[in-house]
Amino acid sequence: MDSTLKEWLLNAVMVVALLLVPLWAWLANEPFIITLATRIAILALAGVGLNIALGLGGMVSFGHALYLGIGGYVAGIAAHHAFHGTTVLGLPGTNQMLPIWAIAMILSGAIAGVVGALSLRTSGIFFIMITLAFAQMGFFFALSWPAYGGEDGLPIFVRNQFPGLNTLRPWEFFLISYGVLLVALGLFALLRAARFGAALMAIRQNPDRVAALGITPFGVKLVAFVLSGMITGLAGALMADLTRFVSPAMMAWTMSGELIVIIILGGVGRLFGPVAGAAILVGFEVFFGGLTEHWKLWLGLVLLGVVLFARGGIIGLIAGRAHHG
Amino acid sequence: MTALLELDDLHVFYGASQALHGVSLSVDEGEAVALMGRNGMGKSTTIATACRMLPLRKGRVRFGGRDISDWPSFRAARLGLGLVPEGRRCFRNLTVRENLIAAARPGPWDLPRIHALFPRLDERADQYAATLSGGEQQMLAIGRALMTNPRLLLLDEATEGLAPVIRQEIWAAITQLKSDGLSILLVDKTLSEILPFADRCVILEGGCVSWQGVPADLTADIQTRYLGV
Repeated sequence: MDSTLKEWLLNAVMVVALLLVPLWAWLANEPFIITLATRIAILALAGVGLNIALGLGGMVSFGHALYLGIGGYVAGIAAHHAFHGTTVLGLPGTNQMLPIWAIAMILSGAIAGVVGALSLRTSGIFFIMITLAFAQMGFFFALSWPAYGGEDGLPIFVRNQFPGLNTLRPWEFFLISYGVLLVALGLFALLRAARFGAALMAIRQNPDRVAALGITPFGVKLVAFVLSGMITGLAGALMADLTRFVSPAMMAWTMSGELIVIIILGGVGRLFGPVAGAAILVGFEVFFGGLTEHWKLWLGLVLLGVVLFARGGIIGLIAGRAHHG
Repeated sequence: MTALLELDDLHVFYGASQALHGVSLSVDEGEAVALMGRNGMGKSTTIATACRMLPLRKGRVRFGGRDISDWPSFRAARLGLGLVPEGRRCFRNLTVRENLIAAARPGPWDLPRIHALFPRLDERADQYAATLSGGEQQMLAIGRALMTNPRLLLLDEATEGLAPVIRQEIWAAITQLKSDGLSILLVDKTLSEILPFADRCVILEGGCVSWQGVPADLTADIQTRYLGV
């Protein structure tokens, strides 16, 4: 079978399965399964963000947990002030998801702009280390910020609300997360097929050659990095609402690593790579985590296997080399 | 006619070694100039310097009446310098279509027109550039440069190492571009193909211009002396 067709089929299976499994769980009254599916959708969303920078642009950001954390804290802080009827920077809090998402994306995008503007002047190991350093700054800042819980984190007592849906019901909150994921996937596909995506992928291969064709590699990469941070920030806001809790752990370097692992497991630069990767990660956590507390050892072995024998991730393994355009 | 590209007294170094010792040449609007000479005489260096990919120690590069000596390469490209690099250098892990749209800028050249010039690129639109033959990659490199809608096309060894039938196809395309009025500066070694094509020839030797004139004046004596043919 043609590999493009194979990938399409595989993607379709994932879209349908990610909807049908929680639908079944809803009908069978298994809220835990719905929560797992929601977690997969949100982690996949964060991965779609990182996939723009890492997959298309070849920018190995080892600090994307920063944006996840920023989104999370925006949701947490907004809910905190709404709950207590207090203000932050002169503004009231809110328990509405839509404005929270907007603020989370603007703030993550702005911070990504600053981080990108400084770190994109480097590449390779230096880029990895600088992005990590910025994320660590965010981590320690959150850790030492007593107003919002410091290292104890900040609980969200009542999940933020979405017009027309009851977010307290797992199935309805899942639908929100799933919908946002689909929109982000659509955006990724559009971006990749557009001139911008082609230029970004070309820059990954040879920035000087692209400059000779009249494009500033720095500008294109910066825009991609900002978009990437915005999407991951949005995932952070959803993640906070899923767990109803924000803590500095969301910005920990291990979280950044987990996002990279998701992309590598699923397939770097593949449209549904983050979905497959997130599903594998959460699946491992649940099934092997139930058997042994050392489940990450087994995940590590799988990751090793993917890196050594299946460079295209699980999607590459099933559908063959990437075909896009 | 007005000069589109003017290279004035270029001195260019690679580290400590000097590659160009005061090269001056110009390409007029609508003109096709051939840059000739043996290997290592500074042809590719001259092309890369014109595209502002190499720093100048001395001299000026003017394009369309503007001094672009201190410009970065992306600005020079935006002003209308379209480079087809030596060795083609397509983006191997991008499809043919992606290679073409990556650097596209608005103008008369768009995908359908590239596909009309090189129908093979249409047939292979979704293939990776790495899977193309050498000739197809060359067509892609030319198409990619045309998609930037350049005012001057710079071709560095566009037919090197290609089969005769492919060379003919590429020469036919370049000739078509010239008759459409595009200005061209090209580096090539094959006299039989350059002489009927070029309006003017410039021969480089040891990083200096040693001879320039119309092809009709390129006598056998000069050919032997500077080109070793």
